[in-house]
Amino acid sequence: MIVGISIGAVNVPLDDVWGIVLHHVTGAGAAHSDPALDQIVWNFRTPRVVLAALVGAGLAVSGAVLQTVVSNPLADPIVLGFSYGATLGAVLVITLGGGAALAGLGVSAAAFLGAVAAGALVFALGQRRGRLAPTRLVLAGVAVGYVFLSATSYVQLQATPTELRTVMFWMLGSVSGAHWGQLPTVTVVVLATTTLLSLFGRRLNALLAGDESATALGVDVNRLRAVLLVLAALLTGTVIAVAGSIGFVGLMIPHLVRLTTGADHRRLLPLTALLGAVYLVLVDLLSRTLNRPNEIPLGILTALLGAPFFLWLLRRNKGLD
Amino acid sequence: MKLTVDRLHVTLDHNPILRDVSLEAREGDIVGLVGPNGSGKSTLLRAVYRSLRPADGAVRVGEDNVWELSPRAAARRTAAVLQDAGGNTTGLTVTEIVALGRVPHHGLLGRDGAEDREAVSDAIDRCGVRPFADRDYASLSGGERQRVLLARALAQSPQLLVLDELTNHLDIRARFELLDLIRATGITTLAVLHDLDLAARLCDHLVVLHDGAVAAAGPVLEVLTPDLLADVFGVRAGTERHADGVIRITYAAQPLPNGGESPEHNHARLAETAER
Repeated sequence: MIVGISIGAVNVPLDDVWGIVLHHVTGAGAAHSDPALDQIVWNFRTPRVVLAALVGAGLAVSGAVLQTVVSNPLADPIVLGFSYGATLGAVLVITLGGGAALAGLGVSAAAFLGAVAAGALVFALGQRRGRLAPTRLVLAGVAVGYVFLSATSYVQLQATPTELRTVMFWMLGSVSGAHWGQLPTVTVVVLATTTLLSLFGRRLNALLAGDESATALGVDVNRLRAVLLVLAALLTGTVIAVAGSIGFVGLMIPHLVRLTTGADHRRLLPLTALLGAVYLVLVDLLSRTLNRPNEIPLGILTALLGAPFFLWLLRRNKGLD
Repeated sequence: MKLTVDRLHVTLDHNPILRDVSLEAREGDIVGLVGPNGSGKSTLLRAVYRSLRPADGAVRVGEDNVWELSPRAAARRTAAVLQDAGGNTTGLTVTEIVALGRVPHHGLLGRDGAEDREAVSDAIDRCGVRPFADRDYASLSGGERQRVLLARALAQSPQLLVLDELTNHLDIRARFELLDLIRATGITTLAVLHDLDLAARLCDHLVVLHDGAVAAAGPVLEVLTPDLLADVFGVRAGTERHADGVIRITYAAQPLPNGGESPEHNHARLAETAER
């Protein structure tokens, strides 16, 4: 993280970074002699790195939980339609701007509402006679995603080129807009939901044995599914709202952890959060250094860098045959 | 603990699946549930392990109606080994699978204690799965997997075992080993078995389900009569206890031309075929 803070359009020596962060966090030592450097480190870089970590953790944990909830290794916030819901919300606000209906609603708030709306729709369509069936949930998620995607495409056609650029950048994801004001909410949501989801670890493991077996193990499968879906939608909605729709992390990071340390959720979820955080901090670091001083959107890099490694791991692992 | 199923009615999508089913398994008994495909065996099990709520009637383990207990409390009494197609256990080790048996013993905040580790370790030893305790469950053979699932059920510390086709797809030696294991636990058991020979070998009592109702119940030799086998299963066969004490069923080479009609019908046909 410290390295992530130090490198950027302007490189700051590691010592200075330590000094500045330590000063702000603990009040120890003197303020840095160069106010500009202090400004860069504390007001731009630090919140950005913290946000990248939170977003990475949130997306990865959400993906891990969704994969188990719908018993489908391909599940992630995108497949279940959450991301497309958020995108539509964001794109509406970007293109309509101060449009009367949406006045007062920021891009983040709209994206959050979009993700939660998509989650609610999938939830409603995924059940029959009060039972949430895994396959039905996945199919409902994919269908809802397509509807939101069509609506988004239509709205984009009405947009001006400048707005389109903003939309494009948002859709590919970025944490460049990070500021201290947004961090408390995101931190609380990510930490709280991740902790809560980890507490469900034992029951998530039971779900791996299949619905009937889990029921025989005393798990109220339907209620568990409902609770987990709500938590995952909340978590995804929050992180997508502040960082845009970033792919790959939610799908691949959980599998990476499973392939290396196994599928026990009590270990899987914390490790997934950690790896997701580290991964997105690294990707963000590359996104602002590879093509200085321009930034490459995160969504482009997450898959481009992660996929080859993932494929290598997949080939090496025999347990999947 | 004693299992009592009392006048159970179960409907699925408004279709009656079980009609007025009653049965009893005394403490320590192994009761076999047999019947043709679609006779309602698995449905009865689901009502017992608290997965499908009956429309009427009661399932009692000991004195308590399991449908009046919480899911977790019920799962601390009844453990089930099922043919679950929906699961995906890739990435879990054998020990982690067996440890799932401790799920009903904990709330959200519960941590594994000495009691849990002991129950898991004991179940692993009793089912002889220690040699592959650290392997990925997905890499095991069919027989090994069934033993792991039985270990999971034992780790639940249950008073009633519910088994659905536990020995399917197993070779003959693995079947016998598994049956011996179940006998050795001494736990009251309700087992759905497809193979009548195996049922006769393992069970103290049999309950025959036919079209959602009990067609016969009692000791093996009293239940598996030629009439019943013709009636319910549509086969010509006889059952007898051999000198070694094992009950065997001998099937005629050909099935009845039209299985499962009235006894008179079948008798007439039997006589007919005999004449020819």
